[in-house]
Amino acid sequence: MNPEKVVFGFFIVLALTLNFGFVIGEIDNPTHHNLFELFAVIVVNLIATVLKFGDRTQMGAVLLATSLVALLQLFAAAIVWGAAAHVTGTGLTASVTASIVSLSAGAMLANVISVVLLVIETALLRR
Amino acid sequence: MPDNIIFIVLRRMRVPLLALILAYAVAVLGFALIPGQGPDGSPQSMSFLHAFYVVSYTATTIGLGEIPYAFTDAQRLWLILTIYLTVIVWVYSIGALLALVQEATFRQVLAERAFVRRVKRLHDPFLLICGYGDTGEALVTALLERGQQAVVLDTLEERLNALRLQNLPLYVPALIADARRPGNLLKAGLKHPLCVGVAALTSDNEANLKVAITGKLLHPEAKVICRADSQEVEVNMASFGTDHIIDPFATFSIHLAKALQAPCLHLLHEWLTSARESPLREPIFPPHRGVWVLCGYGRFGKSIYRRLHEEGIEVIVVEATPEITGMPREGCVVGRGTEAATLSEAQIERAAGLVAGTDNDVNNLSIVMTAKGLNPDLFVIARQNSQDNRELFEAVNADILMHPSSIIANRIRVLLAAPLLYEFESLALHQPDDWACQLVSRIAALVNERAPEVWEVALDAEGAHAVHRALEAGRSVRLGDILKAPDHPQRQLGVIPLLLIRPRERLLLPPNDLKLHLGDKLLFCAAKGMRDLMEWTLQNEHSLEYVMTGDRLPQGYLWRALQGRRHSPKLR
Repeated sequence: MNPEKVVFGFFIVLALTLNFGFVIGEIDNPTHHNLFELFAVIVVNLIATVLKFGDRTQMGAVLLATSLVALLQLFAAAIVWGAAAHVTGTGLTASVTASIVSLSAGAMLANVISVVLLVIETALLRR
Repeated sequence: MPDNIIFIVLRRMRVPLLALILAYAVAVLGFALIPGQGPDGSPQSMSFLHAFYVVSYTATTIGLGEIPYAFTDAQRLWLILTIYLTVIVWVYSIGALLALVQEATFRQVLAERAFVRRVKRLHDPFLLICGYGDTGEALVTALLERGQQAVVLDTLEERLNALRLQNLPLYVPALIADARRPGNLLKAGLKHPLCVGVAALTSDNEANLKVAITGKLLHPEAKVICRADSQEVEVNMASFGTDHIIDPFATFSIHLAKALQAPCLHLLHEWLTSARESPLREPIFPPHRGVWVLCGYGRFGKSIYRRLHEEGIEVIVVEATPEITGMPREGCVVGRGTEAATLSEAQIERAAGLVAGTDNDVNNLSIVMTAKGLNPDLFVIARQNSQDNRELFEAVNADILMHPSSIIANRIRVLLAAPLLYEFESLALHQPDDWACQLVSRIAALVNERAPEVWEVALDAEGAHAVHRALEAGRSVRLGDILKAPDHPQRQLGVIPLLLIRPRERLLLPPNDLKLHLGDKLLFCAAKGMRDLMEWTLQNEHSLEYVMTGDRLPQGYLWRALQGRRHSPKLR
């Protein structure tokens, strides 16, 4: 058992599950989407990204790329939310919620790819 | 290899970055969860934006205060925790980054990267030099003086530091690396298309051999020049086609023999091969009659002994350890030669010449001084092993100073800069000494106490654009034409053509009325500055025309058209 694999697998799967938990629900209903969950997704994704730093393998590079894509989407979602709540003062209207959720749904897709890659690697290595 | 640095940084920064993320996450989450109060006492929970804002300015010790409302005691408690947690983590991360930057391996990787980039970007032909000892230093200085590039490899950091501190006219990329490893030679540009040659100049014969093999295998077109101190290694190097193998001892003893047989020829060689702008050497006349005392019967001593013996000169050898070095057939005087008793036993009082040829500079100096005390009229040859002792050897005032490093460096410089000079010298060997004496006095009249500049000109599109076009157009250009001063065609430039080479023809001192052909190669020597003047005639069509006919050619299209209408087009 490789502890590095355990830690990374844990964080990337956790990122996906949290992301899924945030995205699920009606897309434009703010009560279905908890902002603390979005915060948790961002933190866990950040950790997963840093864990892939310095990995010289091809798989490591691709995983770093997908994590970076997820982060980009999540940051965009966080900025939209922050702007709506504090800058423009519109608050969490249906349209704002919809864009936040769709952005994090995109991040979820990237996280799904990460998990799929992880599963493929595990299956190929069979150790 | 180039992304090495990013990987090292990322790998090392993983833990500090994780610590930062966790500390921030905990602090932000705490602020978002702890209930706050508005100015009117209403419950106001902090949003993520405000929480992140507060943590950001707290962690970086900026501290803008309690935003957006005055904190409750619970929030203040959390802020205390946040301050200590995040500030400590920041300090740790920055410390980790600084430690990484200062680490030796990291710096080596950085230096290597910069070196590889520099070498890749070279756009002039360069010589790869392995070993920056006395020889390497002399060679680099000589090359740069002629505007040629060099790349240096050496294993010792202090030597490369010396290179950095020198005031060199061009930047010389240098790397601390073992030249015996082919990977390092590749980094230094062995396969670079502009790499004209590899010079293996380390004091280690094995290393030189390895460099020579690597050079020949990986870049067969490059010239491989090697220093070899033993016959065995020399033969080995020659076996796989090393272009030039330089044995400083053999080279020197050949020159000594030349000086004995033909002093003028030797002087000619000295003048033509000495570094540009160095003072002209005085002629030397080693004594033919009388006994020579030779101290030290090592590689150098044996080489000298053989040559002197061939000249029919009686040699008395003084050697401290004949059981190791061997001794000549007549036997030798055992001793170091630094004491008067040993030298007297070797009949120094009636000797004509002395060779202080041990591999120890202090002993050599002592030998020369003791011997001169016993016999002030001696002709002295002193071997100088280390460049550091230059002043001492200058002070001891030997007739010939033999410094292996500068002999090698000089030879390589000539090999690279003017290969025709070797051609010239091999032809000059068959000339009588009077011929050489005449040439020496001609050169002495041209140059002003400074060594002449020697250069080659190829009559092709690049080396002599104007002459090349004129010859292609079927006009006849004589050697005398290009020797005229470009501003006063009645006057001759003070340039001596030494050699002209054509397929199947070599002409020593070609005459002025000789017709030039396309593709001719010429070797000239002159005082400083003449070469630039001659370039005008060689490269500029108007200068050439003026020199040949006295006419000034119209330079622009319009003028040319006007001129063409007025005169018959005899010029074109």
